[in-house]
Amino acid sequence: MWDEYLFPASVEEALEMLEAHGGEARIIAGGTDLVLQSQRGQCPAKVMVDITRIPGLDHIEERDGLIYIGAQATHGQVAASPLIRSRAGVLAEACGSVGGPQIRNVGTLVGNVVNALPAADGAIALFALDAEAEVVERRGRRWTPIASLYAGVGLCTVDPCAAMITQLRFPALGKGEAGAFERLAKRRALVLPILNAAAIVGLRRNKVQKARIAIGPVASTPFVVAEAAESLVGQTPDEERITRAAKLAAQTAQPRDSLLRGSAEYRKAMVEVLVRRALWRAVEAASLQEDEDVNS
Amino acid sequence: MSTLEMILNGQEVSVDVEPGDLLAHVLRDKLGLIGTKISCEEGECGACTVLVDGRTVDSCIYPALKAQGREVVTIEGLGQDNRLDPIQQAFVDKTAPQCGYCIPGMVISAKALLDETLHPTRKEIEEGISGNLCRCTGYYQIIEAIELAAARLAEKGGLG
Repeated sequence: MWDEYLFPASVEEALEMLEAHGGEARIIAGGTDLVLQSQRGQCPAKVMVDITRIPGLDHIEERDGLIYIGAQATHGQVAASPLIRSRAGVLAEACGSVGGPQIRNVGTLVGNVVNALPAADGAIALFALDAEAEVVERRGRRWTPIASLYAGVGLCTVDPCAAMITQLRFPALGKGEAGAFERLAKRRALVLPILNAAAIVGLRRNKVQKARIAIGPVASTPFVVAEAAESLVGQTPDEERITRAAKLAAQTAQPRDSLLRGSAEYRKAMVEVLVRRALWRAVEAASLQEDEDVNS
Repeated sequence: MSTLEMILNGQEVSVDVEPGDLLAHVLRDKLGLIGTKISCEEGECGACTVLVDGRTVDSCIYPALKAQGREVVTIEGLGQDNRLDPIQQAFVDKTAPQCGYCIPGMVISAKALLDETLHPTRKEIEEGISGNLCRCTGYYQIIEAIELAAARLAEKGGLG
């Protein structure tokens, strides 16, 4: 399947290895998707540059209000992290619903982004959190919104034969802010989602200050429904307004007919249900947080 | 060809592998440990579950060289001589195996769970084996077996 399997000791060495093989080598982390792609002939690279032993890429930490997640952090580690559970619970919920324990123990969250699939649970939560990725190439490193890295189904603009994502970051959820993740699938484990949705709500004196909603797979990339979220801003998040926002999300979403996932009509109807549930839970959690702050 | 060195079921092992070899194939074809089963070959059924540094992985999609220097435990690493591991014994006592094909993976997932907690809730057990499919659908007996193993182990004070 492959000609060489390499373990670089640093990010610099990884990039050197990629360059030395001129497009024949690519980055591998957990490999839970990549091994299958290689077996199916969908990955031409013959040299694997495994980044899972490079020191300094396994962090899940908060600095100055931002949460940083290294390229080695697995879905299991993110889902179990006390920091993520308390300050970005929506991401813990999303990562905890990927595959089964064996997949979550190996597959990385950054890999979820590099694979650029519109249904990836972790990525949906990252879109709701407005995450950025640090991209490292030979000519330097830069932070960029993850949305800018998506060029279509399975198409990430970070070329794994020449560059890598070293970490992700996003603002930790603060006072009066909370999120929730909802998923519709045929089983509760080991199955791809028919639909998924992540919502984040920030409340102040019981009025919505900010809201973000991401859903998948209803477009070629994870889909942020800005209109639906904006319709809530400045409003008291009661049943009527949440229902209206969820309807708006369903109107904006353009799911396709899918033999695996169901008809477009069914899935459009379900977008409304999932977004409504996610918003409800996010609002409830956010108002609990706000109450705690008032009382303390 | 590369040399893979690992601690396999408590023993240092050195084996020549190709860069693209997957751990399940190395275990079965090069090391003769055929207790680890291969079924879906895409990380969806858990029949090939083994422990790497104490965590479950689907060995059929796990590049063998990732195990370099790691501790790997397969179903053959459980129990001693002719004595079954308490988890295996509980599976027998509850007649959890039907066709048996998923059982090595189920037992390994159960071990990972019970290594972490001796008093798992039913929900934790269900989540612990949520990466393992049983096509005979004998899940209730499997869950009961893990409950029984947990109770017996808690009495003895752990897996040791």
